[in-house]
Amino acid sequence: MFAQAPLKSGRGRWETVEVDAILLARGLSKSFRGIQAVDGVNLTVRRGTIHALIGPNGAGKTTCFNLLTKFLNPTKGVITFNGHDITRRSPADVARLGLVRSFQISAVFPQLTVLENVRVALQRKRRDNFAFWRSDRVLKKLDGRAGQLLEEVGLEGQSSHRAADLSYGRKRALELATTLALEPELLLLDEPMAGMAVEEIERTADLIKRSARNRTVLMVEHNLSVVAALSDEITVLARGHVLAEGSYATVSRDERVIASYIGSGHG
Amino acid sequence: MSATAESNAATKPPVKATAAASRLWGFGVVALLIILGPVVVYPVLLMKVMCFALFAAGFNLLLGFGGLLSFGHAAYFGIGSYVSAYAAKAWGWPPEAAVTAGTAAGALLGVIFGVVAIRRQGIYFAMITLALAQLIYFVCLQVPFTGGEDGLQSVPRGKLLGLVDLSNDLTLYGVVSVVFFLTLLLVSRIVHSPFGHVLRAIRDNEARAISLGYKTVWYRLAVFVLSTVVCALAGAMKAIVFQLASLTDVHWTTSGEVVLMTLVGGMGTLFGPLVGAAVVVAAEFYLASIGSWVQVIEGGIFVACVLGFRAGIVGTLADFGRRSIAARQGASARAAVN
Ligand SMILES: Nc1ncnc2c1ncn2[C@@H]1O[C@H](COP(=O)(O)OP(=O)(O)OP(=O)(O)O)[C@@H](O)[C@H]1O
Ligand SMILES: [Mg+2]
Repeated sequence: MFAQAPLKSGRGRWETVEVDAILLARGLSKSFRGIQAVDGVNLTVRRGTIHALIGPNGAGKTTCFNLLTKFLNPTKGVITFNGHDITRRSPADVARLGLVRSFQISAVFPQLTVLENVRVALQRKRRDNFAFWRSDRVLKKLDGRAGQLLEEVGLEGQSSHRAADLSYGRKRALELATTLALEPELLLLDEPMAGMAVEEIERTADLIKRSARNRTVLMVEHNLSVVAALSDEITVLARGHVLAEGSYATVSRDERVIASYIGSGHG
Repeated sequence: MSATAESNAATKPPVKATAAASRLWGFGVVALLIILGPVVVYPVLLMKVMCFALFAAGFNLLLGFGGLLSFGHAAYFGIGSYVSAYAAKAWGWPPEAAVTAGTAAGALLGVIFGVVAIRRQGIYFAMITLALAQLIYFVCLQVPFTGGEDGLQSVPRGKLLGLVDLSNDLTLYGVVSVVFFLTLLLVSRIVHSPFGHVLRAIRDNEARAISLGYKTVWYRLAVFVLSTVVCALAGAMKAIVFQLASLTDVHWTTSGEVVLMTLVGGMGTLFGPLVGAAVVVAAEFYLASIGSWVQVIEGGIFVACVLGFRAGIVGTLADFGRRSIAARQGASARAAVN
């Protein structure tokens, strides 16, 4: 109940101030057999920003992502992307509109090579994907761009390795390269740096920053120093509710945020 | 000069090139076996191997490259067989027309059953394909034109294009070999096409493929239908070769047999199903004298494969080959450095 008040004042602010919102969620809710995983979440992602979604384990961050990308259907609520209502669209449609996500548990195509992983994303926009009679030599045209993307994440030396043989951190990097291959307008990253070594984290943070120059990023991240360094706007989620919103400075001073983080052992 | 070439090879292992080369070798070996085979083995037995090899290759498209396990592929093999036999026998159609009719019937059934089954996955998909195949079995048992328990016997082999008499086993062998080889090339092309790449991505991680914007259901349906077409063609040819279509063709044990062949040979490999079909058909033929023990032996092979060689015969050999190539490249890289 105590989360009600700030939500209302929050909504008031959104409705009066004109913002260029690329993604809007209103009253987003999802329950799993009576458990309210996401409960009346309002989210406004401004175009061109890096927006972080943080919160303790089980707060509902991944569920939010699943709702926004339509991998789950909300029990209640409305989602708009670039002003279009996408609440009832399919996940593939949403991806085609330019809202592309990564997964919390590393999601690569394990039996494909590193190069093929990226290429299959580049291939999406081709018109001959059902052409079972055509030779795959036509895909060679995509190798150049795929190589560039792999270079950006430092995987150029491993392009012919099977994705299954990569280390966990390298798989995350490959996943990022694959996601960027689609040139999404809005990038949703679910803990892109989980399992990465320190120098990989730096490189990935750098890449996210660079790729955010011409797109919007919404990311879930537990590493608070990364969040502080990268994000323009932060939404804190706890038990399915929005706890606080604003810049890192605002949010990190919020008592309820501090309390919820201490309460769940994040300190 | 040679040192730089070697170190290039070492820094960038030519996985693609070796894969294409070994595929070429594979086709060469198949062609050679087809040509030399009749010298040592009965042509009719070899034709049986080829029909079942095509059946398994079609099934493997779905299982190995689509990641979908169907327990009802006898339905398409059987429909191909019955329609082809009926067209040749009752309507007196020439063999090429009869086989085409059988294949088309299988394709039609594949589209209808595919639409019903494809939204399910895993065990539910296996169950629903089995249920649909049982439906076809009972239809074949009941309707008058399948000949019931007797099946359709003494189907005429006829004359190919009205010219070539197929009653001679060796002539028929030549024709079956050509169809077999061309279909194998088609299967290989499907696997190595833009479509094949998307398919493998979906098999590996469907949620990820969806998140990239692929409408995966359509790809799964497409590979299901392609698979049923190849299986129906195999059944249709089998009916002409053995001049017989019977309830065995649509029986669930035939669905099980094709799973066995594919797993024994190596699912997800191009030539695995051929090897698996050869092993199973040969076992049934040469061990026929010991009666129902054959099934026990088949079961034993199956268990051995599942426990010992997960990748099947061809998959295990390919892994071995890859490892030795990698070892050699490692050695040459070290040589280049020294
Ligand atoms: N498919 C599901 N079925 C049932 N309950 C679920 C399901 N998915 C999530 N939940 C529950 O919903 C709540 C929110 O989970 P979610 O994965 O969204 O949290 P999160 O914020 O991403 O946590 P983490 O930081 O651990 O990734 C949890 O209590 C979880 O157990
Ligand atoms: Mg999560």
